Amino acid sequence: MSAPKSSPESSIVLETRELTKAFGGLVAVNSVSIVVREGEPHAVIGPNGAGKSTFVNLLTGHLPASGGQVLFRGRDITSLPAHRISRLGIGRSYQKTNIFPTFTVFENCRLAAQSRLSSSMRFFRPARALADVNARAERAMELAGLAARSGRVAGTMSYGEQRQLEIAMVLATGPDVLVLDEPLAGMGREESERMVTLLKGLAAQYTLVLVEHDMDAVFSLAHTLTVMVNGTLLESGPVDVVRASQAVQDAYLGDGAEAY
Amino acid sequence: MSRLPRPVAIALLALVVLLAAYPLYGAWLFPAKHAFLMQKITGIMILAIMAMSLDLLVGIAGMVSLGHAAFFGLGGYMLAILSPEYEAANIWIVLPAALAIVAAVAAIIGALSIRTTGISFIMITLAFGQMGFYFFNDSRLAGGSDGAYIYVMPAVEIAGISLMNLENKLVFYYLVFGLFIGAYLLLKVLLASPFGRVVQAIGVNESRVKGLGFNPDHYKLVAFVIGATIAGLAGFLGAAQYGFVNPAMLSWHQSGTALVMVILGGMGTIFGPALGAFVLELARMGFEGMTEHWLLPMGLFVIAVVLLLPKGLAGLLLQLGAKPAPEPEDEA
Amino acid sequence: MDVWFFLIQALNGVQYGLLLFLVASGLTLIFGIMGIINLAHGSFYMLGAYTAYWLALKTGSLLAALVLSLPIAALVGFGIETLLVRALYKRDHLDQVLLTYGLILVFNEAQKLIWGSDVHAVAMPAVLNWSFPLTDNLSYPIYRLVISAVCAVVALGMWWVIAKTRFGMWVRAGASNREMVQALGINVKLLFGLVFAIGAALAGLAGAIAAPVSSVYPGMGDSVLILCFVVVVIGGVGSVKGAFLGAILIGLADTFGRVLVPDFASFSVYAVMAAVLLWKPKGLFA
Ligand SMILES: Nc1ncnc2c1ncn2[C@@H]1O[C@H](COP(=O)(O)OP(=O)(O)OP(=O)(O)O)[C@@H](O)[C@H]1O
Ligand SMILES: [Mg+2]
Repeated sequence: MSAPKSSPESSIVLETRELTKAFGGLVAVNSVSIVVREGEPHAVIGPNGAGKSTFVNLLTGHLPASGGQVLFRGRDITSLPAHRISRLGIGRSYQKTNIFPTFTVFENCRLAAQSRLSSSMRFFRPARALADVNARAERAMELAGLAARSGRVAGTMSYGEQRQLEIAMVLATGPDVLVLDEPLAGMGREESERMVTLLKGLAAQYTLVLVEHDMDAVFSLAHTLTVMVNGTLLESGPVDVVRASQAVQDAYLGDGAEAY
Repeated sequence: MSRLPRPVAIALLALVVLLAAYPLYGAWLFPAKHAFLMQKITGIMILAIMAMSLDLLVGIAGMVSLGHAAFFGLGGYMLAILSPEYEAANIWIVLPAALAIVAAVAAIIGALSIRTTGISFIMITLAFGQMGFYFFNDSRLAGGSDGAYIYVMPAVEIAGISLMNLENKLVFYYLVFGLFIGAYLLLKVLLASPFGRVVQAIGVNESRVKGLGFNPDHYKLVAFVIGATIAGLAGFLGAAQYGFVNPAMLSWHQSGTALVMVILGGMGTIFGPALGAFVLELARMGFEGMTEHWLLPMGLFVIAVVLLLPKGLAGLLLQLGAKPAPEPEDEA
Repeated sequence: MDVWFFLIQALNGVQYGLLLFLVASGLTLIFGIMGIINLAHGSFYMLGAYTAYWLALKTGSLLAALVLSLPIAALVGFGIETLLVRALYKRDHLDQVLLTYGLILVFNEAQKLIWGSDVHAVAMPAVLNWSFPLTDNLSYPIYRLVISAVCAVVALGMWWVIAKTRFGMWVRAGASNREMVQALGINVKLLFGLVFAIGAALAGLAGAIAAPVSSVYPGMGDSVLILCFVVVVIGGVGSVKGAFLGAILIGLADTFGRVLVPDFASFSVYAVMAAVLLWKPKGLFA
């Protein structure tokens, strides 16, 4: 894979400062500060319940933060609602498949692409007549390997295909940054391999933030790595450094590294 | 997006033709009851307009309103209030004014209501509907609980030349028929538009729509106002037809009946709720003719439909009309 | 207007509120536990009132009528849950709304077939048919106090059952998290049937005990139903405590509204609900 475009000089795209989220007494994300740089695939790992999805929800405005900040290209976006953040160019996928199951694959992607119109308050011309929106939707389906599924009703497809659609929809919004929450979760071996190939391609074009349990995938994709345990940040930095860290070895990577 | 299966489209078209031609064959088929039936069918088409408008909220956008009749009633009351007492109102003034007022009220009620979801939304729309009901019921505006009469139909004139005489039942029938078809087509066009696609997506998965970068509240509010305004049009027509308005037009019973038409007919299909209006009203007529206790068979009929037809009448039709193998439909 | 006047109105308001609570508590539990929006709940109120009226005629004793009308309402409720509602648990909420709407029509018409369309007064038992003198010219009917007392006792009993018994634990589990009930290995069908039956019985009791004050008339369940929905939503759907406070609030608002701002009373109840929902979209205790 491509050599790291590497480090300090490339610009910071996404940054969190002491980002915190408490659900009642449970602090799901506890003062987490990370830096994501332009074009540098960044993985977030951690055991179940570490707070990774909550962290993603905070990054993308799906949950209000209890404390701390999220900065996107230097701008404070902490209290922006999800739709505003999406429009700034941070696209995300969901751990639990989150699509429009009664719509066709094409319509799912078309709607995603349509979200980039300056306004969808257009009432009389058919949505399907918007040529550039259609083109964007088709490109996204192709990228995600769904071109042949265009007319299928999304809810009737296999789980793996729905995961692909999940990615296609984010791509159709034409984001700057891709935040993917466990794109490989629940996939079979072959499906996984295809997805990893897809992700490698995406890593070359987008700034990627990847939450993943699959260590093989993480190590083959990421340049920087954040390890979370129990809501707190254990370590964050270049993959090799983090992997070598004793704390990470002790607390978390022990088994994963063996498998690797 | 989803086109109707051809057999269903043909069946619906046949029904529309039957409706369009009714004044021609009705007198011959039902000589004794023709005038009554003309009036009845006109009334049902008006209710069908209201049911379709409610479907935009309930079946498409997922906003279950139990206060939709408030806008129906308001549209009717506006005609009563804006009409001069003993002469014809100018339709080019009263209709736009009535619809504008309905839309403005709907914008306020909608903006407040869409802050809630689920059962709270049902209840807050009920609350606003009941407030509307009591507003007209308890106030001295437009006759209070007795209601008010509209003695003269609005005049449809351009430069002093009468275009249609609404007092003529036949003319009024075709006006309502035209608006009924028009409302259906308008809703279909809206649903196919970028706006409509977003609203439909909100009904399926609102949080995902938000994640994609749309502000759902804006689209829900606009859909709410459009639905309310179409209901206002229906109420305006209803008031014109009967020459009378009363608070019952705004009552939760009326809202509930419209909701029943939507569910019974098949939510989210637009044609289904129109069908629901016809079936419910014709069933009522049939049962009324059979027994003084017609509500009993009516209730049993409703129960049977829920138990036997999970997706309403439209669901049944679509199932019957569907092609055996779902081909991938043509794009673009 | 003096202290006594306010006291009387307050007593009336509380009594009305307690009565509403009996009906609303069943409504809120049925929604909380089974997710059913039961429009036909007001019909149980009507059923209770009419069976009480009829049994009082037959037996000559209102007390016997009250006692007998309870199991009748419970049985009807249980039957409806088992025969009809059960078929729809997996369906959309709106299908249940439509079903229970159909049930209202059937109940209302069955009532007319059996008992006719007239308004009937229900005699108070002679022992309770007197008033408690407050001042020289003001007094308070003792029967209303009895209604309040009975409702309060039932409310306390409900609190005890829900807070202290195993059955109550199921109910609490179900109302806060519907899936959890299944996970706990509780006999869900039985629980649902029982909750529905108990809800019906409570509504029936409310109708029966109120009959001497309100008399019985066709469609009497409908207006109570709507007010009870207001109560449930104000209190927070699924919350019995919320239903209690909501019921007292609405009882007082309605009663005082009627005497203080007669033209505005009904309007104000709904205005209160709208205000509460705008302030707390999920109700006060959700
Ligand atoms: N909406 C919520 N309300 C309350 N607690 C929550 C909520 N969402 C998450 N939690 C809790 O926060 C903690 C972190 O959850 P989160 O889903 O972020 O973990 P995760 O790292 O994504 O786990 P997984 O690998 O299983 O996806 C968990 O204990 C979870 O139960
Ligand atoms: Mg997660």
